[in-house]
Amino acid sequence: MEADRVIETVSLTKNYDHHRAVNSLSFEIKEGEIFGFLGPNGAGKTTTLLMLLGLSRPSAGYSRVCGLDPLRKAREVKRLVGYLPENVGFYADLNAVESLEYVATLNGIKRAEASAKIHELLEVMGLSQDAHKKVGAFSRGMRQRLGVAEVLIKDPRVLFLDEPTIGLDPDGALRLIDLIQSLNRDKNITVLIASHNLYQVQKISHRVGIMIDGKMVAEGSVQSLAEAKFGVGEKEYSLEEVYMKYFREV
Amino acid sequence: MQGLYAVFSKELRDHFSSYRFVILFALIAMVSFITSYMAGVHMKGNLEALAKTRFPFLTLFSTPGAVLSMVQFVAFFGPLIGLVLGFDSINRERADGTLVKLVSQPIYRDAVINGKFLAGVTTISIILLSIVLVISGFGLALVGTVPEVEEVWRIFIFLVISIFYISFWLGVAILFSISLKSIATSALASAALWIFLSFFVSLGADVLANTVAPVDNSKETEPATIIKNLKIKEMVSLCSPMVLYTDATATIMDPMRNTISIVSIVQRERRPMEKLLSSRFQNPLSLGQSLIVVFPYMIALIAITFICFAISYLIFMLQEIRT
Repeated sequence: MEADRVIETVSLTKNYDHHRAVNSLSFEIKEGEIFGFLGPNGAGKTTTLLMLLGLSRPSAGYSRVCGLDPLRKAREVKRLVGYLPENVGFYADLNAVESLEYVATLNGIKRAEASAKIHELLEVMGLSQDAHKKVGAFSRGMRQRLGVAEVLIKDPRVLFLDEPTIGLDPDGALRLIDLIQSLNRDKNITVLIASHNLYQVQKISHRVGIMIDGKMVAEGSVQSLAEAKFGVGEKEYSLEEVYMKYFREV
Repeated sequence: MQGLYAVFSKELRDHFSSYRFVILFALIAMVSFITSYMAGVHMKGNLEALAKTRFPFLTLFSTPGAVLSMVQFVAFFGPLIGLVLGFDSINRERADGTLVKLVSQPIYRDAVINGKFLAGVTTISIILLSIVLVISGFGLALVGTVPEVEEVWRIFIFLVISIFYISFWLGVAILFSISLKSIATSALASAALWIFLSFFVSLGADVLANTVAPVDNSKETEPATIIKNLKIKEMVSLCSPMVLYTDATATIMDPMRNTISIVSIVQRERRPMEKLLSSRFQNPLSLGQSLIVVFPYMIALIAITFICFAISYLIFMLQEIRT
């Protein structure tokens, strides 16, 4: 079904001056899915995310996000998609509340509505204590949680998370993963999560895609990928084993 | 529009709460106090000696007190305001990783650069307006003259031209902050361009003019050569926004000058009789006439401001966000 597909790319390609970052990529993500986006550094994951947001112009091919063309309807797409970049940056001299307020005004959220939401999100992300502390004094984990709060303030239908758990302590990472899972379950938010933490990805993803050198070399549930490589058997393979198998073959 | 307004108000708040703004403002306030005080004291003496000075209020801005007049001061150091406000506007966001976050919000990408430019222009306007008001108030107390309506208009036009002039430099600084990744490099590049265009172009103009049409003071030179020399000098100097600005404000702030062409001033000065006549029987230019004289320079100044911003806009819109 057409409406079912939240993300769809058709031979999406991006060339930089000397290399091809994304090479004829075609994949789709259905509504309500958590899709784990795997691949070594420089495989083109972030470039793909930027193209899906309309922030980078594909050299060839096209993509649709919620049925919209990110190039023509960039604003509408960005209204629906919350993007948490890797190493998200903050204005050091704003405090947590001010940072969230700025993102809220950029999203056109009314003041009164925004302040209630900010309060709620700070609570959820465990930042209520530090609400009026300057972001410049935040620890890595606090920054990451504030980044997630900034993404959630617009009530996104789709989440693009680029290494969301990097720099988080084990407890923080676990709570973030749980939060993502509950957002997916309760609000039916589609999640595209790019990460190197295979254990976490395996834990929450419905399907994974492995991208190497700009190409999607495998796509499907962890189980189906394992079966494709190791054959049907009793043994349950971890995502790590599957990933390494694909990675070594390329 | 909502995105533009959000960026604009945040940038404006940043400008006003930053230390660099406070330092800049203190510096400018101090200098303008001194210059206007000097001009005021100087003028007071003049007022007592002479029967009547025309446009006493304008002389507060245009008479060199100790070193520079207010107008000259803006011409020399006004660009610094623009440079300081703009040199890190885009590349700091890029370095801090906030640019990606900003453009992944549902706003048009140009809202970022428009908002930043407008916030800078607003800051510049507020700085200049408050300085002019302070000097005016100061002048009222010191000299005891009330500005005529025409003087108010002239000061207003001066203010507008000055805002465009400083905004040009803001545009230059933003252009460098877009195209250069390092903040230090963009600061240095914009300062270098400022020094080059403001101070070295006129030197270059002299050299070029004397090479093409040498004028030797010890010998008689053909009048045609002298004029050619001056014309070349004038033309090359116009490459400097500072000269453009000085020319654009010349007859506005000093209505007694009825031309800004060096050629005719020099010619007049060479003949004693004419010099005497012109100084004795000269009448100030009316506001309309003054405007006509400086109009080309004003338009040129406004044009380079827009061109500079347009280039920044284009580069920013076409640039890859992640580079």
